[in-house]
Amino acid sequence: MADKRQVKVKVNGVEYEGYAEPRKLLSDFLRDDLELLGTHVGCEHGICGACTILFNGEPIRSCLMFAVQATGAEIMTVEGIAENGKLHPIQEAFNEHHALQCGFCTPGMLITVYHFLKENPNPTEEEAREAVSGVLCRCTGYTQIVEAVMAAAEKMRIAA
Amino acid sequence: MSGEKKKWVGSSYKRKEDMRLLTGRGTFMDDILLPNMKHAAILRSPYAHAKILDVDISEALKAPGVIGVVTGEDVKKASKPYPCGVTIPTKYYTCAVDKVRFVGEPVAVVVADNRYLAEDALDLIEVDYDPLEAVVDIEKAIEPDAPVLHENIGSNIYNHRFFKYGTDWDTLCQEADEVVKWKFNFPKYAGSPIETYGVIASYSSFENSYVVYNNYQGPFVNHALTAMALGIPENKMRWIIPTDIGGGFGTKTGIYPYCALMSIVAKKTGVTVKWIEDRREHLLASATCTDRVTYIEAAVRKDGKILGLKDKAMDTTGGYIRPPEPGCAYRSTGNHTGAYDIRNLDREVYIVATNKGLTAPLRGYGCQELYFSTERITDMAAAKLGIDPAEIRFKNFVQPEQMPYTTATGGYYDVGNYPAAFQKCLDIVEYDKMREYQKKARAEGRLVGIGLASVVDPSVTNIAYVAIGKTIEERKNERDKSGSGEAAIVKVDPLGGITVICSTNPQGQGHETVISQIIADEFGVHPDEVVVDSVLDSSDRLYSITTGSFSSRFASSGTTAIVRASRQCIEKAKKIAAHLMKIKVEDVVMEEGKFFAKDKPEKAIKLRHIAGAAHWNQYDLPEGIDAGLFGTSLWTMPTSRPPDGKDRVNSSNTYGFVAEAIVVEVDQETGEITFLKWASVHDAGTILNPQIVRGQVLGSIVQAIGGSMYEEQAYDEHGQCLTASFADYLCPTAMEMPKVDVDHFESPSVLTALGSKGAGEGSSMSVPPAIGNAIADALAPLGVVVDELPLSPSKIWHMIDEAKAKTN
Ligand code: FES
Ligand code: FES
Repeated sequence: MADKRQVKVKVNGVEYEGYAEPRKLLSDFLRDDLELLGTHVGCEHGICGACTILFNGEPIRSCLMFAVQATGAEIMTVEGIAENGKLHPIQEAFNEHHALQCGFCTPGMLITVYHFLKENPNPTEEEAREAVSGVLCRCTGYTQIVEAVMAAAEKMRIAA
Repeated sequence: MSGEKKKWVGSSYKRKEDMRLLTGRGTFMDDILLPNMKHAAILRSPYAHAKILDVDISEALKAPGVIGVVTGEDVKKASKPYPCGVTIPTKYYTCAVDKVRFVGEPVAVVVADNRYLAEDALDLIEVDYDPLEAVVDIEKAIEPDAPVLHENIGSNIYNHRFFKYGTDWDTLCQEADEVVKWKFNFPKYAGSPIETYGVIASYSSFENSYVVYNNYQGPFVNHALTAMALGIPENKMRWIIPTDIGGGFGTKTGIYPYCALMSIVAKKTGVTVKWIEDRREHLLASATCTDRVTYIEAAVRKDGKILGLKDKAMDTTGGYIRPPEPGCAYRSTGNHTGAYDIRNLDREVYIVATNKGLTAPLRGYGCQELYFSTERITDMAAAKLGIDPAEIRFKNFVQPEQMPYTTATGGYYDVGNYPAAFQKCLDIVEYDKMREYQKKARAEGRLVGIGLASVVDPSVTNIAYVAIGKTIEERKNERDKSGSGEAAIVKVDPLGGITVICSTNPQGQGHETVISQIIADEFGVHPDEVVVDSVLDSSDRLYSITTGSFSSRFASSGTTAIVRASRQCIEKAKKIAAHLMKIKVEDVVMEEGKFFAKDKPEKAIKLRHIAGAAHWNQYDLPEGIDAGLFGTSLWTMPTSRPPDGKDRVNSSNTYGFVAEAIVVEVDQETGEITFLKWASVHDAGTILNPQIVRGQVLGSIVQAIGGSMYEEQAYDEHGQCLTASFADYLCPTAMEMPKVDVDHFESPSVLTALGSKGAGEGSSMSVPPAIGNAIADALAPLGVVVDELPLSPSKIWHMIDEAKAKTN
């Protein structure tokens, strides 16, 4: 057991300070130490995508990174998507199109889509499908997720 | 009541659950944090078959942060083997005792301050194994010289039964023009919910009682059986299932052994223990469907009429058999002949021990295994007779005028119009046009195929089916079992708000939303005003052995319990209203949440006022009426009877119908499959929420695509599991999901309050045979026979390659 190191991160705009062993996964640090339970862990080997967060603006799998690597970083998790108690257009579209069932993959899906629509505000359906293909969902059959991404893109274009 | 136009039921009301789930505020198993909670990790067997000579935990106990270690010896002392519905003496403990029988079987549990430390200590446990020869192949396992898994049974046969319904097989063969036979292999695959299993257990020595949080999906019969295994009264073991479960699909019916194991661990270590399964553990050792070998024969007349079926199905439940097995073979008893009017059936069943992971119901439970063989042999019979696969189905369907129809095996189909629903599916896929298209494509040398499947989708299992695992003689000495009960409590608080406590234990099916819609219609309120509590706590919720979400029970029995509890509550409200208005109860009318005298609608009183009277002025209530305002129901379907003396049983209670029509093209060079067109038509009775039903259908389709093409819990001949990560166990991604036209043909059930039947499992059963039939049709010009799944591109490529080598 190695000594704990200090970890200083900004998550959803809030500064956090904690201590973690070098081997502690970032996903575990977020959940266990910061009690940000929105980020889910489905495989801990980088495939399911449930643990996806934005790390300095880029989507990463928090189960594939150590907490100590996050020092100084700005992180966004699912808890940070809605603002001022109002759903983000992506969240609204997920609700309207029934793009979630059990909701366990949803945090990873939302973060992935959030980043994707920033990069590509006017996607084709094929692009939207490919964008979410890195996150596994066992419930929905994906069709309604793709529909929601397309609808969210439109909502956001209108709002912009 | 069914068929009546409702305001909210039948609309795509947006899901209420989504608000918390979209904002990261769900409460899943791993989100539950209790004071002084410690963490468990499980040491698992690296061998498929071995004797355990010694387990040395002394070093592990000295490791940093370790609180205690539990081994198989402890488990043997603290519990009894799980009871199971077969006659052989089974010995399923929740942790290996003396011997391991599959890779991943629990051998010891470490409890430490955190999960990292617990896992560190696992490496310090020394287990001395004496490896034994393993057997993984079902048919090899029952050969006389096969290594025996359970010495006390003496063979690898957990269960073996014969059944005969109708005319004797040999006589039938003489009447038939053709007897078509083949052997089929069905693979072992899993639900793989993204949330794995989780348990938090604590024990109080003062009350000798346990509290166990877990994400079990039901049926609650295993709550009773776990209490029996632990040797404690059922009410001393409180299970609490959190609001949110991250997918179930049947797989989460397999958690209960871990509830027992962690209870034992909590008792021995004296601390509150949390165990969250990791993905590797889940893929190795949670639960899959059974893999099955089926030898099937169909006796057919020249005109396509199927006179009878004969089949021998051999399932393996892996290293042990545990409840609700042997249900894999018997849950589909009543619908064995599917959508067809077949009166004669000759059946043989084997449930076999092999050194593989254990099983549990998987979405469709037993039906995909069954229909893969029956629907494939139907196509083979059609080919042999030179009849179109659609035509042979029309020739054999149970006709609408035969409803209600009792099958040869005891199933009671209350309603349905199979030919019309099937025709609808053919119309959507433009069947005739696609056959023309196929002709042209074939002429160009392309491999295009059309696959059909038409199946009956049984829902709301009647637990009576489990008894079929025993012979009629053996059953005579036992009490009958039957039932499908589901519970609900509807209560109106002192300020008039309605709360529903459901026992349906959802895992993403939107019960909170649909219940709110039902209550809104019943009470004349807005769905947003209704609060639904879906936590299932065995200490204060109504439940029975059939409680839970499995076999698509919610839409039929769950909703009926809700309606009955609501109406009970409304009846009481009417009595109070009559008392307040000083009129006769018969003269009270309730409309849109208001109660009034038939002739004085202008003098209405609101539900809120009646609730007020019931709670705030308890003295002034009609005689014989309790205070408060609530209704309860634990409703069982009247069709849930025990098996009869001829092995017939109505194994489910509502029977939907699914027609699948799939057009595929196979790439000769790569074996890759492209879905050109897909129509999926469902008769799920009355649709309660179209958007949710669509989600259920698409979800079952993607899982069935997985099982048919990509997913398999695979083993080498030594019983090593080859698919212990998501890099090897391949779940379909968004890229693998084709466009599917989903449509409905509603024939409302006459047995349920709202006319609904189940909808969540249909395509799990129909897609595997439909994909099999489509690929078989595509490859037919090459002389390739399709008789197993999964049909991955590489397997198809090999099949094409072999066929070409033969012809060259
Ligand atoms: S938990 Fe990180 S990718 Fe699955
Ligand atoms: S909604 Fe359940 S895994 Fe995606």
